[in-house]
Amino acid sequence: MKQFRSMAYPYVIWIAGMILLPMLLIVAYAFTVEGTAFFQGQFTLTNFGRFFSDAVFVQVLLRSLRIAILTTIACIILGYPAAYAISRAGVRSNLLILIITLPTWINMLVRTYAWVGILQDDGILNSLLGLIGLGPFQFMYTDFAVTLGMVYNFLPFMILEIHTSLSKMDPSYLEAASDLGANKTQAFLKVTLPLSIPGIISGITLVFLPAVSSFFIPKLLGGGQYVLIGNVIESQFLTSGNWSFGSALSLIMAIIIMLSMFFTRRLDNNREE
Amino acid sequence: MNRKKRFPLTRVVLGLVIAFFYIPIIYTIIFSFNSSRSLTHFSGFSLRWYEKMFSSSPTMNAIWMTFIVAILATVISTFIGTITVIGLSKCGKPLRRAVSFANDLPMMNPDIVTAISLLMFFATLEVSKGFLTLLLAHIAFCTPYVMLSITPRLRLLDPNLADAALDLGANPWQALWHAIIPQLSPGIIAGALIAFTMSFDDFVISYFVTGNGVQNISILVYTMSKRVNPSINAISTLVVVIITIGLILVNIIPRIRDRAMRGVKKEDAV
Repeated sequence: MKQFRSMAYPYVIWIAGMILLPMLLIVAYAFTVEGTAFFQGQFTLTNFGRFFSDAVFVQVLLRSLRIAILTTIACIILGYPAAYAISRAGVRSNLLILIITLPTWINMLVRTYAWVGILQDDGILNSLLGLIGLGPFQFMYTDFAVTLGMVYNFLPFMILEIHTSLSKMDPSYLEAASDLGANKTQAFLKVTLPLSIPGIISGITLVFLPAVSSFFIPKLLGGGQYVLIGNVIESQFLTSGNWSFGSALSLIMAIIIMLSMFFTRRLDNNREE
Repeated sequence: MNRKKRFPLTRVVLGLVIAFFYIPIIYTIIFSFNSSRSLTHFSGFSLRWYEKMFSSSPTMNAIWMTFIVAILATVISTFIGTITVIGLSKCGKPLRRAVSFANDLPMMNPDIVTAISLLMFFATLEVSKGFLTLLLAHIAFCTPYVMLSITPRLRLLDPNLADAALDLGANPWQALWHAIIPQLSPGIIAGALIAFTMSFDDFVISYFVTGNGVQNISILVYTMSKRVNPSINAISTLVVVIITIGLILVNIIPRIRDRAMRGVKKEDAV
């Protein structure tokens, strides 16, 4: 069957051209000045210096991180009880999982745009709040709208990950806990919660990563003035054409994401030891 | 007490979450039939936004483009993914590791990073942005997912299967086509499905690598959303309908086929 081996080679060449080389271009551009071709080999840290010396860019990065962290926390708070209820639903849990998964198949942009009408000043949310004597509030173009849009898009991933870890749990552990005299709260805190931490961790990965880099959710729900790191990268490539600075920004973002993933995983490993 | 047991807090949260997921989708569908421009006040039933959608050539072009790219990207990435997984299984471990590392890059990185890397790559090669770059980019981000869904099936494969086919007089390609591929087909079908939806839904990567007026549905919605535009609700509803029909077919076809297969087996038994 050695002749089958050659079937893998075209893709190896494809990977080199369509994945590795483009990724290397980001690194190459990030360390060269705009206007000078990177293959002239003029190494520079100007792009990174420009980023960290400009308070505006640092603030944008901090805001992106704040929104992404808020989104992740909201997803855990809403996602955990929801996943818990699904895993306790018995025969109906497969149907519930399908219901949770269904919206994720629909285009994210389309789903995000749906909120534009709801969150307007004279929209349905303000009308409902008006019925109980609250508001009207301005929702559109605020941190709230952007965070809501992100939670809306990424919450299903958190629920699915937590549900997977909860459904893997052996129910006899809970019986053992109650035999040993634990009440329901103690059993949850000492057995269920620790065993579902891996699910929460992979959920965090799946929510935090797209939340930090998203640029169409802030554009649609935050408006043109609302800028996150993804929007700055977009404008560097599609408006101002400064690829070197844009590459440096995406490298900074990728490093922050990798570091946060690394520390989240470390947290999980330490707990196990 | 009884009431409390039947509706614990977790179930209430689950109910709210499901409402949270579906209300905006239902809202969009309702307002796609609104007779006025308003996104907030429903003033009467009308099909004007659908008429507008079907008579607008950029919209229809974007819908066709989305389908053409999704179908081509699915077929090509499924083909490449399948032969690569089979080929790799006969290769050494270092090569397999290297391929899986490279495949992880677009899957682990934010879409925007993959998008700008491809944008710079195409520009460096002086390929003009348009249909070709869009299709190549879609094949590039779909293939890793196809391989990811086929690889576990390959591990389940009996290593003697191909040898058995050869002993029975098949040539290697016949063994591949008649013995190995059918065993992998559940993984291949799942991979193709993932590829299709990934391509159909993609916005970020498409937005960066396309140009010269070539748009898919997502890019169209994004450019239209800069002003209040109820046509978007009609397009959104169309997308929801297409995806729902697709999901129903995907869930029903295997059941019908299973039933038909069982019928055939029963006849054989008789």
